Formats: sequence, C-alpha cells, structure tokens
Amino acid sequence: MPDATFRITTGRGESAAFKDYTTHITEGMVVLDAVHQIQAESAPTLACRWNCKAGKCGSCSAEINGKPRLMCMTRLDTLDLSVPVTVEPMRAFPHIKDLVTDVSWNFEVKKRIRKFKPRAPDAPDGTWRMRQEDVDRVQEFRKCIECFLCQDVCHVLRDHHKHAEFAGPRHFVYTAALEMHPLDTENRLEHLKDSAGLGYCNITKCCTKVCPEHITITDNAIIPLKERVVDEFYDPLTRLFRIFRPSK
Amino acid sequence: MSGADLHLPQMRRLGETKRKDAWWIQPTLVFLGFSAFIVYSTWAALQGAHFYFGGAAGANYLSPFYSPLLFEVPGRAVTGHSWFGAAPDWLLRMWPSFIPFSPALLILWAPGGFRFTCYYYRGAYYKAFWADPISCAVGEPGFRGEKYRGERRFPLIIQNIHRYFLYLAVGFIGLLAWDAVQAFRFTGADGSRHLGVGVGTLVLCINPVLLGAYTFGCHSLRHLIGGRKDCISDCSAARAGAYRGVTCLNRRHMLFAWLSLFWVGFTDFYVRMCSTGYITDLRLI
Ligand code: SF4
Ligand code: SF4
Ligand code: FES
Ligand code: FES
Repeated sequence: MPDATFRITTGRGESAAFKDYTTHITEGMVVLDAVHQIQAESAPTLACRWNCKAGKCGSCSAEINGKPRLMCMTRLDTLDLSVPVTVEPMRAFPHIKDLVTDVSWNFEVKKRIRKFKPRAPDAPDGTWRMRQEDVDRVQEFRKCIECFLCQDVCHVLRDHHKHAEFAGPRHFVYTAALEMHPLDTENRLEHLKDSAGLGYCNITKCCTKVCPEHITITDNAIIPLKERVVDEFYDPLTRLFRIFRPSK
Repeated sequence: MSGADLHLPQMRRLGETKRKDAWWIQPTLVFLGFSAFIVYSTWAALQGAHFYFGGAAGANYLSPFYSPLLFEVPGRAVTGHSWFGAAPDWLLRMWPSFIPFSPALLILWAPGGFRFTCYYYRGAYYKAFWADPISCAVGEPGFRGEKYRGERRFPLIIQNIHRYFLYLAVGFIGLLAWDAVQAFRFTGADGSRHLGVGVGTLVLCINPVLLGAYTFGCHSLRHLIGGRKDCISDCSAARAGAYRGVTCLNRRHMLFAWLSLFWVGFTDFYVRMCSTGYITDLRLI
C-alpha cells in the first residue's frame, strides 16, 4: 500500500499552523492509527487525545478533511489519499495544543441542568414499573458518548460563539433523556427556553449528521423539546386548556 | 452560563472550510427547487384563469392552488366549485387594480404558511437562502457573527405558530381529497353525470395522498399525538399506534415535503395545460 500525507495542525495559540507528515499506510488503518504512527516516527510531541480506539470514549474528536469526526472511526480507505488529509482540532472550543482542545465548558453547562427526579416508587420494595415503549424513546439519547462533535459542528457555537447563552445539541439530548423519562417529575422547560437558549437552534441538522452514535438529535430531541416549550410559553390555546385541566 | 470568556478560534468567512466534498451542491439544489416552486406558484396564483378543466369530455378537475374556491372569477365560465358563488362587489372594489382578481390569493396563505413554518423547510431555507449556515462546518457571512438571534427573538420566534397552520393544513387535505373524488365525476354532452377516470383524475388523486403523507408526518402533530406525554403507552392503544404511525411518516418528512411540493405544482400545471389546450386529457375509463 502507498504512503499518504497528513496535514495536521501543530503548535498552540497564534503560532498553530498546518504541518505535513507522510507515513506508510497499511490495510485497515484509521486516522488515529496514522496519527500514532506519525507520533512514533517523526513527531513525538504531537498531542492528541484518545482512549478506547473503539468509538466509545468520545475522546478522539477532530476535524478530518473539514468534517467533525472521530479519528478512531474514520477508515483511511474511505478518504482520498492522493491529496493530503487535513486533521484539525475542533473549532468550537478553546485550542490547547496540536489536536487537543479544552472541552471543559461542556461539563460546566451540564452541571446546570436539573438532575433526574423520579416519582415515588411504584412498589413497596422501592422499585418502579415502566413500559418498554416509553423507555425506548429515551434509550436513544443514552447512547451519547460525549464526543462533542455535535457541539463542534453547531453553527450557534462554531460560527456565532454563543457559548454564554446556548447549551448546544449534546445538552439538549441530555435534557431530552431526562425530560421525556417516564419516571421523571422535574420541569426543565424554563431553563431550556432561557438559559439554555433552545431558540437559538435553527434546526439545520448538522449535529444529527455528525453524531457517531447516530442519535437523531434534531428530530427526536430538539424539535420535541421545542414543541414542549411552545406548549408552556407560546401557545395561547394550550395555556387556556391548562387552566381547566391541570397537566400531568 | 459561563463561556463568554472562552478563547475561541477566529470565525471563518463565508464559504471558508476545509471540507473537500462538494458541500455547495445540496444548498444550491434546495435553492433552485424552492425558487422554481415559488416563481411558478406565484405566477399560477396570479393568473386567476385556467385553474379548472371541464373540456369536451366533461371532466371536473380543479387546481389545488385554487381549492377551496371561495368565489368564481367574474367574466369566466362558472366552475360549480365555488363556495359562495360570484365574487361580491365589495371584494372586487377592494382588490388592487394592478393584479387580476384571483381566488387563489385568498387561500394560499394557509398552505404557504404551513410550509414556511415547517421544521424541515425552516432548516432547509435557513441554509439555502440565508446561509445560516450555508452548509455544515462551512463559514457564514461575517455580518451575522455574534449578532445571531436564531429563532429566539423576533422575528423568527413567530415560527412557533406552526401548529396553528397544521390545524388548517389538515382541513386542506380533506378539501383536496374531495376534489379528487369530484375528478371521477364526468358530465356527458347531454348534461348527465357519470363515473369516469382520466389521467387528470389520477393526478388529482395522488395529490392528497402525498400531502397527507407530508402533513401527517408533521413534528407538531407528532407532539400533539404523543410527544407531549412522557408515557405514550399509558394512554389508549389508539394513541400509541397513532404515535408510531406519525413517527414513521416523520422519519420521511423531508422526502414527502419534496414529493408533495412537486406534485401540488404539477397538478396545477396539468390542469392548466389541459385548460389552455396544450395537453389533451387522456380518458382511461
Ligand atoms: S440543528 Fe440546532 S443544535 Fe443541531 S447543529 Fe443545527 S443549530 Fe445546532
Ligand atoms: S449526541 Fe452524538 S455527537 Fe453529540 S456528544 Fe453525543 S455522541 Fe457525540
Ligand atoms: S479513541 Fe475513544 S472514541 Fe476514538
Ligand atoms: S414539521 Fe413539517 S409540516 Fe410540521
């Protein structure tokens, strides 16, 4: 098999720039393998974050040929190796060095979402009963590996830098998992509307496209949450009905 | 929420990206597709003519752009479809003189508003028409930057009205289905009514089917049916089944949005071509 060139962001701050590295390619390699090989051969200080190499820890997020992807799940035989493959750090977070970004903002945002608050147990032994169909809906959201690729691609963060006012698709998925949970009794709608800035999302679905866990972020989490916010704050008819018939 | 003090990479300029694929194809196609529909439907709605075809065979085809037909157009052959007969004088007096009287303009705001506020269309035209973003991971026009408001504030917060348009749109499916039934009714030379099927009948029948597949996959409907509940199965089996059905159509919402958009335009085009005599409607039965 041939050699391939990887155009990788190196350095930090203002001096960060692309640098080309050429390495030998063997069958079955993924981008992360190539980065590791480059580290071993010619760039021992090249920083990149990774952990599982199985698409499950969410650490190796980067932008490969301009698209937010997991390095460990991007096979080289799916890329055009006749031209250099660009590998960049995520753009929606502060850059630390080489391919590493500081994603800690995400954990701060997550702390502000009200925790799971189950109703009183259904049985004397302190257990609950749920129907499979009701749990199925939130099950999809629990596949999230917190790779933050959806946050990276979302233009509200990436191109508008609304980090102070917008929680981002990952946290809408998390909120949806709690809010739609059949046992949960907490109400997070006001938080969604105000401090999480759900209205900034203009449903352009880039988050859904990049999610390595194939979570249907926009259609199954964000839009249903938007509809619940409409119920609570914008729809005069549902508000009227609620006067006569208190909701769930 | 913290974050204002983050040191983020500089925003990219419009179209700036490291993507190597042809990211511009999709927004371009969407732009052309929507533009073509808007231009054609506006033109067709402004005609106020050729929206009904009877012809020598006595067919009974009404263009969906003109259904429900509230008033007949003065000076034109009576179609028999109008709800309130001839257009009243006060309406004709109020009508702006620079456009011909067209009953389509009285009703098209409803299906138009439904599509304009549809979640799928919103996402699609924000990209194709407003470059917000023009494509995923591609830079946006610099003037928007941190001034971006999204659907959070006026004017786009009004998009939340979508569910009200949904209520109207469901009614429209009923009306268009009725027009499809009427398209089986042919009138003989002696004035007798009989059952018949022309190509136009089929065209008019496909229309409400595609519109139904689009409308019943609506996100607001999905919410109304079951999305607003945490326990779908707690409710009746009928509700759980309906939720599954809407969800199934919802997964193909984009597909049906395009198919129904094309077909509603094509149905008008077909009736118009028959009425102007460019096409002869083939009688099948
Ligand atoms: S759909 Fe919304 S949350 Fe997802 S990328 Fe687009 S704007 Fe961001
Ligand atoms: S929702 Fe998908 S893209 Fe976003 S953090 Fe979770 S796994 Fe990654
Ligand atoms: S290394 Fe764990 S997801 Fe790639
Ligand atoms: S979301 Fe598309 S029609 Fe309602």
